[in-house]
Amino acid sequence: MINTLVHVLLVLALPPLLPGVIARTKAAFAGRNGPPLLQGYYDLARLLRKGSVLPSGSGWVFLAGPVAGVAAPLFASLLLPFGGHSAPVSFAGDMILFAYVLALSRFFTATAALDTGSAFEGMGAAREVAFSCLAEPALFFGFVALARISGSLSLSTMLGTGPGWVTAGAPLVLVAASWAVVLLAENCRIPFDDPNTHLELTMIHEVMVLDHGGPAFGLVLYGASVKLFVLSALFLRVVFPFNVTDPRLDWIAFVAGILLVALSIGVVESVMARLRLVKVPQLLVGACVLSAFGMLLLAR
Amino acid sequence: MEGASPDGTLLLGSILLLALSGVPGLFARKGGSGGERLATLLACVASAAGLVPAVRILFFGAGFRMELPSPLPGGPILLAADPLSALFLLPVFLVPALGAVYGLGYWAEAEHLRDGRKLRFFMGLLAASMAAVLVARSGVAFVVAWEVMALAAFFAATTEDRQPAVREAGWIYLVATHAGTLGLFGMTAVLRATTGSFAWEAPEGGLAVTGSASVVFLLALVGFGAKAGLFPFHFWLPGAHAGAPSHVSAVMSGVMLKVGLYGILRITSLYGTPPAWWGGLLLVLGATSALYGAALAAGQNDLKRLLAYSSIENVGIISTGIGVALLGRSAARPEWIALGLGGALLHVLFHSLFKPLLFLGAGAVIHGTGTREMDLMGGLLKKMPKTGAAFAIGCAAVAALPPLNGFFSEFLVYLGLLRAFSGPGEALLAGFAAPALALAGGVALAAFVKLFGVVFLGNPRSEKAAHAHEPGNFMRVPILLLAAACLAAGLLSPLLAPGLDAATAAWAAKSRVGIPALAAVAPLATVATWGAALLGLLALTAAATAFLIRRRTVSRGPTWDCGYARPTARMQYTGSSFGDWIAARLTPRVAATLLEERLPEGIFPRGARVSAAAPARDPVLLRLLEPFAQRWARRFYDLHALQEGRLTIYLVYVLGTLIALLAWSVLRGWFPPQ
Repeated sequence: MINTLVHVLLVLALPPLLPGVIARTKAAFAGRNGPPLLQGYYDLARLLRKGSVLPSGSGWVFLAGPVAGVAAPLFASLLLPFGGHSAPVSFAGDMILFAYVLALSRFFTATAALDTGSAFEGMGAAREVAFSCLAEPALFFGFVALARISGSLSLSTMLGTGPGWVTAGAPLVLVAASWAVVLLAENCRIPFDDPNTHLELTMIHEVMVLDHGGPAFGLVLYGASVKLFVLSALFLRVVFPFNVTDPRLDWIAFVAGILLVALSIGVVESVMARLRLVKVPQLLVGACVLSAFGMLLLAR
Repeated sequence: MEGASPDGTLLLGSILLLALSGVPGLFARKGGSGGERLATLLACVASAAGLVPAVRILFFGAGFRMELPSPLPGGPILLAADPLSALFLLPVFLVPALGAVYGLGYWAEAEHLRDGRKLRFFMGLLAASMAAVLVARSGVAFVVAWEVMALAAFFAATTEDRQPAVREAGWIYLVATHAGTLGLFGMTAVLRATTGSFAWEAPEGGLAVTGSASVVFLLALVGFGAKAGLFPFHFWLPGAHAGAPSHVSAVMSGVMLKVGLYGILRITSLYGTPPAWWGGLLLVLGATSALYGAALAAGQNDLKRLLAYSSIENVGIISTGIGVALLGRSAARPEWIALGLGGALLHVLFHSLFKPLLFLGAGAVIHGTGTREMDLMGGLLKKMPKTGAAFAIGCAAVAALPPLNGFFSEFLVYLGLLRAFSGPGEALLAGFAAPALALAGGVALAAFVKLFGVVFLGNPRSEKAAHAHEPGNFMRVPILLLAAACLAAGLLSPLLAPGLDAATAAWAAKSRVGIPALAAVAPLATVATWGAALLGLLALTAAATAFLIRRRTVSRGPTWDCGYARPTARMQYTGSSFGDWIAARLTPRVAATLLEERLPEGIFPRGARVSAAAPARDPVLLRLLEPFAQRWARRFYDLHALQEGRLTIYLVYVLGTLIALLAWSVLRGWFPPQ
């Protein structure tokens, strides 16, 4: 019970910190001070107090995007084990629900963008759904491989295979590499998209939310950070599937691990440039191939 | 009559009434509403009466089997219904009845003097013949019912036969369905030669799997696969479904395709232990259909062709489930059977809710705007809020988004695939099929974001769209009912599990493995509970958002179009652009072709114009079948001489054939085989 409570509190409170960590890392690389670590929270507090301008001609779908963008990743987090603690909700096949709940948020985010009637946001929506459909098989090849290694169909036991690194190290490395790409692509980080440019130069996610303002935009930012948090937790559990014996230490290790993932994303963003749009699918297909090989290594 | 039971009598009576539902209307006054109302009433009464035995057989262990003496050769007519038939009967009694009500508004007699009565007659006949196919259990009766179904569908689909596109699509459908029927003739004959009777019943332990069994399976795959729209036999489907009136498309897509799948299940149920390659082949064809259908759907600009391609995708998902179940039977893995077939059958039921919803919704859109071209639409959600909201539910359901019904059935199929790969005695194909379905699911999501976004969101792109209107109640009520069903059916799916168990047990009865209950191998109830929780969380977030926004000032302004101050509706992203990226990558050789391209030139460009269109024919038809058919047609050109066009000549041919056959049998009597 107490673990569920910590789980929910963490996923509610921690996500806005991650963009702050990434921004500070990038600033350090660039020799700047960067924004405060808690900037994400300040932004949210400010946005929630603002009024909003809705694009003419838009309807309820325009606001359904931010709503699903927050609710779906929050729900998905319930299916995911955080560190050594198993997920609050776990059953055989929960990873399928996990993947499709994230698809639910994608459906509404993309339709919300189309509801504005803007050419530019429509373009962003098209890219979002197109790139995500390539990320999906990479995710599923990984699921299949992990299910095979662990002999289980539930995320809590699938992801906790510490011994897996001994018996099936090579497939796990391939899956981890593939999911690192998925993590960056699904959260629209460099090299797929540059979330800092914010206006015309941003190609995918930020394009879709150009017309959202005030509380709706606050929800968008919060939802995006929850999604980053959730996928980081998924990735973290593949790379570090070990339990520290003490439950409290487990939580501390988990938070440290998440911050480390954010830091690594910051490093990747500092040392890489964004790919040209035509190269993006190639990298995603590469990720699919990696995890497919991971799966094949397990088949006898 | 042997083996009559109240269930059987009611079932056969309702089938007969359904078949005749359109007949009184033929004699009613032309243009009057009496005939159409009577036809709809009869169809609804017959369907309601038919649902009773179907539900009793599926959920309460009833059943019927009766033999009618037949004057025709081929033995007595065997009619029977087990839970497997009953499960497929549910959509047969549900969708056409809703379609008939919808037709009162969509194809009103007063507006369609020429073809309204014909359409209602064939709609009744189509529904009844589909039910007859599902209860026919002897070869001759089955093939007769099958042929009536195929022809009724042909006449219903070509209602608007004055349009060349409809005529062409009807012609292609006719060729495809008869090629399939040829396969079924062959299958029936081979089966008769193996078992010695036309009855499709197997002894305890099932028919032995010999070489002829594989011939039967392959012929069934061609014959039934052509009806189901399984790749590569799907080529007739997009054109026929797009050209038919929308409630006919709903019946064809929602129900008739499933009758084809039923045929595959019925034939495979006769064998004890099918060889592993049957399941493997179905798995590969299923995953290919799913990917192909989704990719082509994303590239379509015609509202109804998009929906038709999505049906191919869904047939692929169902076939994948059947493939896993077949693999389970050959490897004696009961949980693969329970999950694979349970998922496939649940998807059969759920697809017959959301696809008719989408087709009927598309009909309302076409009725309101007068076009099927998505790029002329936009902003319809404001003109038709209720239909639009129902359509959104349909789109989310077909994209398998939780907590709508499409998710639950796909969940079971995925679970079956993952079990098949993760457990001992793994099936490597299953490990590839799961990610393939995931890719197809992602592409289907893109296709339906495009469909809903381009048609219902943004601003109207044309005059026609600007003047769209909500349809009348006859059209709206079936749409809203189906939307409510899509919303509820997934969350209530644990209640359907006993029916799925019964149908699975009926299918695998000859395999002699104990099939576990679906509830024991799949956490359907847990998923349903958490699906409801997801719905609650969404509602809560929505309420909180509404509260946050209402508290502050809300104003309206033009959309941000990169600083361009006067964006117009024509500048919106079009459906063709939206789907182009995916279509161009997944199906590069068959994507939209450029019709015209004039690029802007100079510093002050004048007119520039680009237009492209998705090919009007299916790529398989265009690139494989047509060149092939043309080559062969030339070789057979000389046979034209035989086609005189006079009845007497054909009678001579018949007589000649008879004499030749007689001579052959006499000769065989003289020289008996050693």
